[in-house]
Amino acid sequence: MSSTISSGGPPIVEVAELTRAFGTRRALAGVTFSLGRGECLALFGPNGAGKTTLLRVLAGLLRPSSGSARVSGIQLPGGALARSRVGLISHRTMLYEALSPRENVSFAARLYGVRDVNARVEDSLRRMSMLERGDAPVRSLSRGMQQRVSIARAMVHTPQLVLADEPYSGLDDGGARALTSLLGELRSAGTAIIVVTHNLAEGLSLATHAAVMQRGRFVRYDPADRIDATAYSTTYREALAGG
Amino acid sequence: MADVLFAAWVIARKDLAIEFRTRSAFFSAVIFALLGLVIFYFAWDPTAVTVNDLAPGVLWVIFTFSGLLGLHRSFGVETEDHAIDGLLASPVSRESIFLGKAIANLIFVAAVQLIAIPALVVFYNLPLGNVAIPLIAIAFLAAVGLVAVGTLFSAMAVNTRLAELLLPMLSLPFFVPIVIAASQSTAKLLSGRPIVEAAAWIKLLIAFDIIFVAACTVAYPFTVDD
Repeated sequence: MSSTISSGGPPIVEVAELTRAFGTRRALAGVTFSLGRGECLALFGPNGAGKTTLLRVLAGLLRPSSGSARVSGIQLPGGALARSRVGLISHRTMLYEALSPRENVSFAARLYGVRDVNARVEDSLRRMSMLERGDAPVRSLSRGMQQRVSIARAMVHTPQLVLADEPYSGLDDGGARALTSLLGELRSAGTAIIVVTHNLAEGLSLATHAAVMQRGRFVRYDPADRIDATAYSTTYREALAGG
Repeated sequence: MADVLFAAWVIARKDLAIEFRTRSAFFSAVIFALLGLVIFYFAWDPTAVTVNDLAPGVLWVIFTFSGLLGLHRSFGVETEDHAIDGLLASPVSRESIFLGKAIANLIFVAAVQLIAIPALVVFYNLPLGNVAIPLIAIAFLAAVGLVAVGTLFSAMAVNTRLAELLLPMLSLPFFVPIVIAASQSTAKLLSGRPIVEAAAWIKLLIAFDIIFVAACTVAYPFTVDD
């Protein structure tokens, strides 16, 4: 199923017939979609459907086997320039446990060449309500707090595209609300977002578009005004049953 | 080039900050080095082998193996909750990541040497005299080569089940030319020969440093890009 969205401006993400194979297994089997500024794609599907592989290709961590993927007009794998446009959130926090939240976020800011590092770090931590615990070692924080720091780390360079793989994993209600609010703010500011989640309600509350993946393909794709939560729930359950 | 070096320094500082907090690898390496010195000391028969013949071998055996402890940890810290993904998804070049890791490892090995060399001098009553500075220079040059090779193989071995075994197995054959050149030049210096007699070994050491640093920097991206 191909899916094209037009928001008037040039798309932030353009994916055409994208495949990615691991040996003989195709994790992505011809995915096509595009996403413009301020748009959010909620991606659902069972484990092994190819959702994380799609995000890893867009983050520059995996090379496509065939097809084409562009971020901000840059063909992937596009090296440093393409990677500088992307913020990656995962259920793995990607943090250094011996360092503090402030040090982790500051390290990321320096890698991304952020100007006025200290102010950006403080702002990112404040947005995720982590200023008070900013100097505690990450290993001393709860899983949910670590996830908040991970989100602050991913946002510190103001990415044009946010890739969020199970971002609500480990977050309590407050953390989930802060994340939803932050993603909403980013959308309003023109950031494109792809959220992978198993929680239909959370995903659909953010989305301008939604898709269900199964065996490396989009088996359902709809823009927001045609999203029917009941129909999605049915397709999602069928995808889960089909593996 | 300035961007590559700046990013490398940011990564090196991060690694050193982690090691400073935990001090696990540093203490392990220092204790290993000191224990090595003590064991060799008690196994040594001064009537059969002179101190000038023994010391270079002892020095380079303990540097090589204590350095491996730090090298193993180099990419080990990146496996914590997939921190390596955050590093690889950032816009820094793969070469910067390698050089950053190598710089941190070099400082780590140099810090171990700073403790181990005086300990060796005291234990074995070495007449260091005016060869102290050339000896430190040789130790530094050798550390550059060992760290370049070790950092590359640390990156390759870290995701394997037998990383602690694989790293020395892969690295040691490549350490041989460095260790031979370093121990031979150290032996010349400690036996009171003029430094020009060690010049050929030192040149060899420099040549291997250049080859290993360049080759490993070029090779590293292939170990992380699929």
